[in-house]
Amino acid sequence: MTDTQKKKNVRWVEEPELGFWESTFVPAIMQGLRTTLKHVVDRKPVTQQFPEVKPELPLHYRGVHRLNRDEKDRVKCVACMMCATACPARCITIEAQAAPPEWPDRDKFPKSFVLDELRCIYCGMCEEACPVDAIELTHIYDLTGESRSDLMYDREKLLGVFDRTKNDPRDPVRTGRGKLGPASEFVQLPAVGPATTVPVSDRSAKAEAAGVIRTTGREGQQ
Amino acid sequence: MPELLITIITIAIVVGAIPGVCNYLILLERKLSAWMQDRVGPNRVGPMGLLQPLADGVKLLLKEEVIPPHVDRVLFLIAPGISVFTALLAFAVVPFGPVGVEGAPGFLRFIIAPGIDIGLVFIFAVGSLAVYGIVLGGWASNNKYSALGALRASAQVVSYEIPLGMSVLGIALLSGTVNLEEIMQRQISGGLAAWNIWFQPLAALLFFTASLAEANRLPFDLAECEQELVGGWHTEYSALKWALFFLGEYTHMITISFLTSILFLGGWHLPGIAEADSVYPLAWLVKMLVLMGKAFFFICVIIMLRWTIPRFRFDQLMELAWRVMIPLSLANLLMVMFVRHFELSQWWMLPGSAVLFAAWGMISASLREAERRSRPGYVRRKKVEAHHDSHTAGHVAAH
Repeated sequence: MTDTQKKKNVRWVEEPELGFWESTFVPAIMQGLRTTLKHVVDRKPVTQQFPEVKPELPLHYRGVHRLNRDEKDRVKCVACMMCATACPARCITIEAQAAPPEWPDRDKFPKSFVLDELRCIYCGMCEEACPVDAIELTHIYDLTGESRSDLMYDREKLLGVFDRTKNDPRDPVRTGRGKLGPASEFVQLPAVGPATTVPVSDRSAKAEAAGVIRTTGREGQQ
Repeated sequence: MPELLITIITIAIVVGAIPGVCNYLILLERKLSAWMQDRVGPNRVGPMGLLQPLADGVKLLLKEEVIPPHVDRVLFLIAPGISVFTALLAFAVVPFGPVGVEGAPGFLRFIIAPGIDIGLVFIFAVGSLAVYGIVLGGWASNNKYSALGALRASAQVVSYEIPLGMSVLGIALLSGTVNLEEIMQRQISGGLAAWNIWFQPLAALLFFTASLAEANRLPFDLAECEQELVGGWHTEYSALKWALFFLGEYTHMITISFLTSILFLGGWHLPGIAEADSVYPLAWLVKMLVLMGKAFFFICVIIMLRWTIPRFRFDQLMELAWRVMIPLSLANLLMVMFVRHFELSQWWMLPGSAVLFAAWGMISASLREAERRSRPGYVRRKKVEAHHDSHTAGHVAAH
């Protein structure tokens, strides 16, 4: 950009000029007092009296995690490490163990599952990543602890959160209630739709199923 | 009853009442500011938060008193005392009720030191000593923010002392006395038409504004503005010493509220309810409540002002004092002298004050224009443009 262009793009703005009455301050101050007095007289506080009145959280609120149980009260988690891998805060530590033979629907289960609630940033990536819907974020937002170790949630604590919240209408077990989860039953991977709308000319829009992009075979036709 | 005993009782009442009143004024301020901002305000301690001042007091008492090692210990400890002492001393000559009215109980005199003929002068003399508390506190703190705050406070008080004193000189000329009781009595015996506000409206405005600056209240609290100076002159103070500064400031506020109502709004006079010749049971109580109601009104205005308008810049503050308020108060004084000398009707001073008020607008409008002209890149407004949007916002000058 040249200098003249730069100068053309700059708009010099002067502050609004004060009129005669505004220069004496008094009318302007009166106007201000009228505004503030209006708020005093016509009082509509927006304050929420927190401990007595609980906030109305949005349905997608992301609070403390829970580990879901399946219909036999076993932990649903199959120790696949997807959540630990997805976690940007690296707050999930899982130790896997081979599943006992009477659990035919899975190979592994978590011997220990520790989630550091202090490190967690509550982004919900673990919930997104979990193939069997074992980890979910609940509406509990006011967790406290007397020490750091109090807030290292282990498997039992996380299962306890599930027991506390499973009947709360705001924390439904989202999918595959009772079963291990949809991922354990997949014969083939379903097509995943694009996360955003794409222009018509985009090749993903012309795909047979949303999100499935063939790189061979169709090029010749276009 | 012996005079001494009455004096002691009155002192006890005043000294006992003022800290309590100040505490509740702080609660009032917090509540009012909360309501103005659509909040609730303190509501946890006691019903509607009414015991909050007590909790605050206990907190301030039990807090750790930090005296930094780098301070001048003696001055550091004396400063808050000076602040409170001068503020309370100034209150000694302020009548806070119907002085000398029949029917009031004998031990109630409504003024600590009655019949002081230099009343007004005494208040200004002692009240401006309060800045010593600020300057010493800021200096002794040995901290650049405190020192800057103290310097600002002293510059501000020196500047605003002049319009403050000159704005009430008109009243002194009109009443022929500076004795507060007599000034009040003169308005009361004359009825509503004798209230000084009719003859000195501009002086009332100047007095009120200048005393806000004297008391370091917003919009003139540059000595302690948090955004620029952390805490200003009381940055290093904590616990009860800080509370003493606060107490001094609020006592100052009470004093100026009483002074404004006594000097300009006829003291305890209220037409139909509390007049000079109204006699009924407990009339003294009603009269006292009228005066206190007027003072309370001004306190509310001061609090509302604080949460309504932003703080002045320091050069604007000085400009307001030296270029606007001092010339205007001088002109106002000249007007009173003129009216007195030629024995014109006092009512001439009402339009006269309006003319002077217009002069205020003219002065500050021209000051603003001059300031704009001195800016780099100033372009004189075109005639056509001025026609179009002289009263709308925005003057856009392309470079």
